[in-house]
Amino acid sequence: MIALKISQLGKIYNNKLQALKDIDLTVKQGDFFALLGSNGAGKTTAIGIICGLLNKTSGKVWVLGLDQESRPNAVKKLIGLMPQEFNFNPFEPIEEILINQAGYYGILRSDAKKQAKVLLEKMQLWDKRMDIAKSLSGGMKRRLMLARALIHRPKILILDEPTAGVDVEIRHSMWSYLQELNRDGMTIILTTHYLEEAESLCRNIAILNKGKVVEHTSMKKLLGKVSQQTLILESTKKLPESMPDVDFPIRVLDKYSFEITLKSTLSIGDALNVLSQYNINISHVRSAQNRLETLFLCLSANNNTT
Amino acid sequence: MWIAYKTIVIKEILRFSRIWVQTIFPPIITTSLYLLIFGGLIGERIGTMQGVDYLYFIIPGIILMTVIQNSYANTVASFFLAKFNHSIEELLVAPVPYWVILLGYVSGGVARGFVVGMGVMLAILFFVEFKIDNIFIATITFLLTAILFSLAGFINAVFAKSFDDISIVPTFILMPMIYLGGMFYSIDILPQFWQTVSKFNPIYYMVDAFRLGFLGTSNTDFPTSISVLLTMIIILVSIAFYLLKKGVNIKT
Repeated sequence: MIALKISQLGKIYNNKLQALKDIDLTVKQGDFFALLGSNGAGKTTAIGIICGLLNKTSGKVWVLGLDQESRPNAVKKLIGLMPQEFNFNPFEPIEEILINQAGYYGILRSDAKKQAKVLLEKMQLWDKRMDIAKSLSGGMKRRLMLARALIHRPKILILDEPTAGVDVEIRHSMWSYLQELNRDGMTIILTTHYLEEAESLCRNIAILNKGKVVEHTSMKKLLGKVSQQTLILESTKKLPESMPDVDFPIRVLDKYSFEITLKSTLSIGDALNVLSQYNINISHVRSAQNRLETLFLCLSANNNTT
Repeated sequence: MWIAYKTIVIKEILRFSRIWVQTIFPPIITTSLYLLIFGGLIGERIGTMQGVDYLYFIIPGIILMTVIQNSYANTVASFFLAKFNHSIEELLVAPVPYWVILLGYVSGGVARGFVVGMGVMLAILFFVEFKIDNIFIATITFLLTAILFSLAGFINAVFAKSFDDISIVPTFILMPMIYLGGMFYSIDILPQFWQTVSKFNPIYYMVDAFRLGFLGTSNTDFPTSISVLLTMIIILVSIAFYLLKKGVNIKT
């Protein structure tokens, strides 16, 4: 089943800025979907329209088969949104923020309290439940917004830059929690500027550029389009004075490490075999650049020039 | 929908109760001073107005003034702040019909108007004893006035883009209308031209109807006053609902 379908969606703001240019997008139920794009590409506008925060100029949106225009409130019940900007009353206690949000979805206060406890414990915020939101750190505020987005147990979770400003440890715990939710059947749509986040979490992807969808495919296919990759290798022994002449370019970085660039026709295994013939044995291999980042920059550059 | 409505109202009541030093206490102090100075000190020299002691004459106007100001202030501040800190999005993403949002905020404004109005009445009882002539007329006027000005505050908040915008209307429009609406005087004492002008001020009808309920004396008959109030409420409800539905300054 299709979780989200967008057809010919357009948005022109009052200042005549055309933020979305008739975009089409499909997200399957149970997918972990990345919606990427540089600043001003139209991601937040698209999310705003899907969630009912913005009026569209043209086009249609369906959520789990329901037409957003004719059944807006039924659609809203299916979606949980964690927006990019902090959008809670900073003077409200955090438990109250969750209970109120549940109330807006028609959940009884007694049930909301139970669900709030579960989520606040999961987000490691239970001890702070009586504190006002203003007193929380940036990372805690993000977790509070994730808890609020989940309070009504939505079928589709939309995350707009969920881990911005969150430290590495918490970010990884958030990732594993999101993967757990996705495994349990929740459709997740993610926008992020951390491309490694999208690469490791998402199965399908769309890239927006200047209000247009420039790529809409699976992550695997997209990454397959990367024509070359640059790797940094570390030798077990000191490198020879002059490096062998092989089919791929080599750039020495220091006495033990060097960089190689491989075309898609040559695998890492083949490259390592070639090097071992010259008595260069490798202890560590790492990517010099994120593959999705390379592709993203390439796609953006192409679209900016056309 | 009932749960969503209840949630908004509880949130609103908790909001103004939490900051009672700013929201509930000052109007009670101000009103006591009004009564002491205008009613007690100056009133003694004025004597009677519309056949009652001046001190008693101004009591309904003073109570209604606090209801008007506080109902208005509650919705304008609360809804504007929700727009300002984007917490209004909590409501917009949820399946809450627009009329429930409007009803919730208006109920919050009415609740504050009621709490402050009751507080002022209790404070007045410290100074003078009074008896309400017709509790039904007084209550209905009190409630409809609170509803009307909660709606007006809501509309102001929808249009407001800065903190200046939420203080301009109360200062330059609301206050002159209140003071020129016969709060401290009977319009009988005005020249004919200004009497006619006063009748275009809706606050005049509210003060007059409330005074009728309180003291049993008025310049205009109750059906006329209540019709003006109800007409104004219908107009403001229509405007507020239209603005919400269109998402003016909210979904743009």
